[in-house]
Amino acid sequence: MTAKSLRARAAAVVAVGLLPALAACSSGTPSGGASPSGGDTVTLVTHDSWAVSDDVIAKFEQESGFTVKQVAMGDAGTLANQVVLTQGSPVGDLVFGIDNTFASRVIDAGALEPHVPAGLAESATPLVLGDGALIPIDLGDVCVNTDVAWFQERGLAEPETLEDLAKPEFKDLMVALNPASSSPGMAFMLATIGAFGDDGFGGQGWTGYWEALKANGLKVADSWEDGYYTEFSGAGEGGTRPIVVSYSTSPAFTVTDDGTATTTRALLGTCFRQVEFAGVLAGAQNPEGARALLDFLVSQPFQADIPGQMYMYPADSSVELPAEWTQFAPLSDAPFEVDPADIAANRDAWLDQWTAAVGG
Amino acid sequence: MTRARAAVSAPSAVWWGVAVLLPLAFLGVFFAWPAVTLVARGFLAEGGGVDLGGLRDVLGNPRTWRLVGTTLAQATAGSAASVLLGLPVAYLLYRTRFPGRGLLRGLVTVPFVLPTVVVGVAFRALFQTGGLLGWAHLDGTFVAVVVALVFFNVSVVVRTVGGLWERLDPRAEQAARALGASPARAFRTVTLPALSPALASAAAVVFLFCATAFGVVLVLGGLGYGTVETEIYRRTTQFLDLRTAAVLSILQLLVVTLALWVAGRARARRERALHLEHEDVAAHRWSVRSVPDVAAAVATSVVVGGLVVLPLAGLVGRSFRGPDGAWGLANYRALGTTGGRNALAVTVWEALANSVRTALVATVIAVVVGGLVALVVSRRPRARVARRAVGLLDAVVMLPLGVSAVTVGFGFLITLDRPLGLDVDLRTSGLLVPIAQAVVAVPLVVRTVLPVLRAIDPRLRQAASVLGAAPGRVLRDVDLPIALRSLGLAIGFAFAVSLGEFGATAFLARPDSATLPVVIFRLIGRPGAENYGMALAASVVLAVLTAVVMMLAERLRGDRASGAAGGEF
Repeated sequence: MTAKSLRARAAAVVAVGLLPALAACSSGTPSGGASPSGGDTVTLVTHDSWAVSDDVIAKFEQESGFTVKQVAMGDAGTLANQVVLTQGSPVGDLVFGIDNTFASRVIDAGALEPHVPAGLAESATPLVLGDGALIPIDLGDVCVNTDVAWFQERGLAEPETLEDLAKPEFKDLMVALNPASSSPGMAFMLATIGAFGDDGFGGQGWTGYWEALKANGLKVADSWEDGYYTEFSGAGEGGTRPIVVSYSTSPAFTVTDDGTATTTRALLGTCFRQVEFAGVLAGAQNPEGARALLDFLVSQPFQADIPGQMYMYPADSSVELPAEWTQFAPLSDAPFEVDPADIAANRDAWLDQWTAAVGG
Repeated sequence: MTRARAAVSAPSAVWWGVAVLLPLAFLGVFFAWPAVTLVARGFLAEGGGVDLGGLRDVLGNPRTWRLVGTTLAQATAGSAASVLLGLPVAYLLYRTRFPGRGLLRGLVTVPFVLPTVVVGVAFRALFQTGGLLGWAHLDGTFVAVVVALVFFNVSVVVRTVGGLWERLDPRAEQAARALGASPARAFRTVTLPALSPALASAAAVVFLFCATAFGVVLVLGGLGYGTVETEIYRRTTQFLDLRTAAVLSILQLLVVTLALWVAGRARARRERALHLEHEDVAAHRWSVRSVPDVAAAVATSVVVGGLVVLPLAGLVGRSFRGPDGAWGLANYRALGTTGGRNALAVTVWEALANSVRTALVATVIAVVVGGLVALVVSRRPRARVARRAVGLLDAVVMLPLGVSAVTVGFGFLITLDRPLGLDVDLRTSGLLVPIAQAVVAVPLVVRTVLPVLRAIDPRLRQAASVLGAAPGRVLRDVDLPIALRSLGLAIGFAFAVSLGEFGATAFLARPDSATLPVVIFRLIGRPGAENYGMALAASVVLAVLTAVVMMLAERLRGDRASGAAGGEF
């Protein structure tokens, strides 16, 4: 056999051997060795905004004896839908990152196994959904933000309420986000639904409100990135509009160099509260590990890690917050609310109504 | 004689069998099975049984046909403009020699791998009121989308067509000129027909990319601008409306198949063995006295300057402005951190290492699979059935470009929990990322290598066989040396595609092994000048890495294949 045919044969063997080899690699259990039931590894499925300090996870691993494997599944919508799709054969053991706009879809699909952690904080208990299927971990507000300097330079008063935004003095100044392609966009649409329902805003309802915004020169961006960085003047990237839909925490990112003030402001009377939940996946390989990890997510060490890592508020309100948060990024006292069951029932219809009122 | 032939053909049949079955198995498991399973879900009724009601509802909806119309218009305009603008660039970069050519070749490929979010935001900055091109009022228009699509895809045309053009024997055109044909006429009647297989290949690939473009359409198209692809994404991720998504996926597949069929016909009619030169022999030193050279240089400056450099320059320029507004390297220094307020789980440099590791694996898979397909498809078997089968294989490997990433991604979730009955969950395996990237890169590898392999005169192989060379030897001594050049390019392409791939990666990646595009997306998804600046700096790093990889791929093959003649400078 010549050298070259040996080489060719070796190449073919490598090629044909690819599939089983891949399979072998992929089983990648940690060196501790895993029992067939899932053993020492607990797999946490999240959206791609998940973040946690290494030492916090290490603390859990040390105390519980489980090794945490993390899998990210795209944005919140993709995550929720993949949980529904894989119902019965879940990708992991515990899911984190289902929010209140997708919660009912996941619960109704029967994709979760109820488990209420014993240590759940008092402030979080009323937020539990589906008899313990979804446990609140953190929360945040989506609110209209303004470029403070823009209004000061022109000696103009800033808007404060949703109604203000439809007034002529704020014509051509606002950027909203498309709720069909952006999750803060969806949250803000829900704020208007919570605020006006079908007959608020002088009897015109929430769709009438959006028509009024449109008549007032509203611009709609398809993603938060595009709205904030391209259109919003407060981001310092050349945008021209001083009013944008963003988060109540955004002003903490625009703090001046001396740290005494921020150049943007969230209008706390225009907010919708997003709550992010975790839940044990039905059919999990390692339900015991999932429950242990869930217990850990509501405990003090993890809750205290949330503001610095995920930039959300911990669901446990007794956790101490970073000083600049209370100063620059407070939560709204009275966010608008919509029942998750109503969201599940009407989500698609509302999106269609929004599209009819604003675009397309 | 008979005995001798049998001895040769039995093992060779085995080899050809492997060469056909391996790619089919790969694409079957990692593309067809997941995609078909998900689409099939859309046709299942609640209580079991088949429900074709979705077909009626979706096809009866005028919105569907509006989406199809937009998709076709967008893809046609995008691919026509890419071909038209890519042709002079291909001539300049592959038929003439001048200092800095390698650099320019690398630069042209950069847009192809940039994350769409970043490009979208960069283009919006150009188009919006007050932007450099704000006067044209293109924001949110069809033209804006097409311009961005051409930005992404012109390199596909330049590379694919250039790869063949540089090896085309110049004597045919010279003969035509000597017989009195004008340069334009000689080009039209001699060169263009010879290039048409590569042109049709490139046009088909670009058409597919344009028809299935997603991120850039969302960002630049604005409200109400929808294509079949964006609608499939919306229906799947927002509504989990698999019924509508399934019908739309099938519609999209029909459009794509039609495009492939047309391209295949165009190729088949023109394709014939060409006399190929060693690379670069056919190229001449760029001359200021040659009308075509000057014209190509002017056209290239306009295309590359206006379409590639202008948006990129904005990006690069901004990346040197720190969070406090001062010019400097602050954003680049920040790449060693995890971002403002810990936006990331890994530093950008760690993400870069992840990207390179992933891309290496993806490239190996794509080149093995794609190379085998190209080899098989390049043969023209005498039997009619075999010819049909080869044609079918050729079309099938292109389909991954035409099917929505979200369809394949969600398909992975419901099929790969126990692939082939094996007791492993491939879905959460880190290896699924390079596999998914390879599925996207395979068609490009095939389309890059195939025109060159096909252009080899079969008589060359026959002559070698007659002289007693075994099939393996024919492969090594005839096909390989000629294919090497385009193989280098294919490796570069596969690597670049993998480096820039975002959709499947974001869907499957583990947070601790995030790739560069995933990290960039995450950074730009946070408020704050710090994170935005880092996202831009990271994009520049990705762009530079891509350019370097493409230049290396060219240098490498240049040195290997043409020895002393390989010097470009």
